[in-house]
Amino acid sequence: MSALVAFREVDFAYPRPERARARRFAFERLTFAVDAGEIFGVIGPNSAGKTSLLRLLTRVLAPAGGEIQLDGRNVAAIASWELARQVAVVPQEAPRPFPFTVEQLVLMGRYPHGPGRYFESAADAAAARGAMAATGTLPLAPLPLEQLSGGERQRAMLARALAQEPRLLVLDEPTSHLDLRYQAETAELLRRLNRERGMTILLVSHDLNLAAELCDRLLLLHDGRVVRVGVPGEVLDQALLEGVFGCRVVVDKSPSGRPTVQLAWATERR
Amino acid sequence: MTDRRRLVVSLVVLAALLVAIACVALFVGGAGLSPRAVVRALTGSADAGSVESIITLGLRLPRVVVAALAGGALAVAGVAFQGLTRNPLAEPSVLGVTSGAAFGVVLAQIAGLGASVTDALAVAACAFGGALLAAVTVYAIARSPGGLVIQTLLLAGVIVGIFFSSAITVVISIVDVDRLGGVVHWLLGNLSPVPAGSLAVFAVLAAAGFGLVLASARELNLLALGEEAARQLGVDAERLKRRVFLAAALLTGTVVAFTGPIGFVGLVVPHVLRGVVGQDNRLLVPTAMLAGGAFLLAADTVARNVVAPAELSVGVISAFCGAPVFVWVLRSRARAAA
Repeated sequence: MSALVAFREVDFAYPRPERARARRFAFERLTFAVDAGEIFGVIGPNSAGKTSLLRLLTRVLAPAGGEIQLDGRNVAAIASWELARQVAVVPQEAPRPFPFTVEQLVLMGRYPHGPGRYFESAADAAAARGAMAATGTLPLAPLPLEQLSGGERQRAMLARALAQEPRLLVLDEPTSHLDLRYQAETAELLRRLNRERGMTILLVSHDLNLAAELCDRLLLLHDGRVVRVGVPGEVLDQALLEGVFGCRVVVDKSPSGRPTVQLAWATERR
Repeated sequence: MTDRRRLVVSLVVLAALLVAIACVALFVGGAGLSPRAVVRALTGSADAGSVESIITLGLRLPRVVVAALAGGALAVAGVAFQGLTRNPLAEPSVLGVTSGAAFGVVLAQIAGLGASVTDALAVAACAFGGALLAAVTVYAIARSPGGLVIQTLLLAGVIVGIFFSSAITVVISIVDVDRLGGVVHWLLGNLSPVPAGSLAVFAVLAAAGFGLVLASARELNLLALGEEAARQLGVDAERLKRRVFLAAALLTGTVVAFTGPIGFVGLVVPHVLRGVVGQDNRLLVPTAMLAGGAFLLAADTVARNVVAPAELSVGVISAFCGAPVFVWVLRSRARAAA
């Protein structure tokens, strides 16, 4: 398999810490690759750099050194709307205030396919309907986004990203607002998109078990450094996780044979 | 109904409304012309020097055009500021931009600029500069790492507005009374007939501002997603903000230069329109141009006639309409946030 996304020795540092006491965060020579067609998970503790990594990939942030490639091309050289046709992002939070309806939100995902158009075309409308159907948000189409529950909002945001018809779908904490049932449905939907449309999926998550269950490979990130990349069984190693997260964990196996990680509640923290 | 259809229907209805109000404005007034006399003047069958021709073609018609242009420009500026700040309360006068523009005009007037076409351009440039200065100041005060905080934005607008109003007072106090001319009257917001050449300058500048906002309407919608998400969809957010900011300041400055500081049109008109055509800026921007014109024309017609033969300033009427709408929007947002 060829790499769809490649970070090559990427250097990046925020100009100054947002809080005076916070440690300065930086990537130094960050290198990894996401293969075309895989589900790739980025895990790690808070402030490991997970969201910064997504921002670098989508050019919200610019690296100080090194290169980020999409399909062999430096993303810095790709027009922003062209990049948006390849890479769609589902953010952690829905925007607020947001006065538009679900349908209007999803149609916004069509912008990169015709940035010069005043109104969307019939093909745009069809793509938006397809994205809403795939996420079960079609019945919500005429409702204002702000009236929806957290889970419905998240699915509407996912529909907007699907309307972009991207090759790479990037999700930042995709299930943080979802109850168990929608977590399961979202996981199933992501699997289906991956299998049936060959969509490459890059997800960032705190939920180690979701990542283990869903992802082909995981990247464990700590303080801006790659600790380990590999299949979930290799990365979710008890000693490794305890070192990175600084707490006792129990690694077990789920019925599907994937690893599961739990806090070792009974023992004292180190 | 598709968006395109809804836009066409709305534009047709609003154009009809604008024409109807314009007719009323042409036929009523302190001079007490008979409808027949007005028709004679409009069709050109009256003498060029006759009373009905002078009043209808020389006074009322230019005033109708100025009102329609000014109202449309202010309403579009309101939609633009609301899209930029993601807040329906943002509006040129609330943000202090109108006061900034007024300061620029006062400076231009005491410098002795008159009504010729080049002078009109210079006055408009001063107003644009003042508007831009005020807008940038408010934006800089209200900006924080998490985006624009709405309370801060509104307070910053109030403060900047007070500052420029005080600056105007200072200028008026220290300058010779005879050099002030009509400044005090003008400061109340006034639609007096503008000479044809200056009117053309007004129309061109307003059209430029309108065109810039219209061309940015779809991107303004995407800005509601947040700047980061908009950029991830391919919008050049910084360029978009600069462009819309400049356009809104240009629209505000131009109107202030030719009519004085008229407030609240950019608040009232978009608020009513949102209830009719929805939140889509692609529908709001073009309909605001017509609806704003209709609103200010109606307000001016009332101002001209309600205390005839004296005249109220149109700014008073628009503020009387605007203040309750401001309170209404503020309260309903407070309820929604609770």
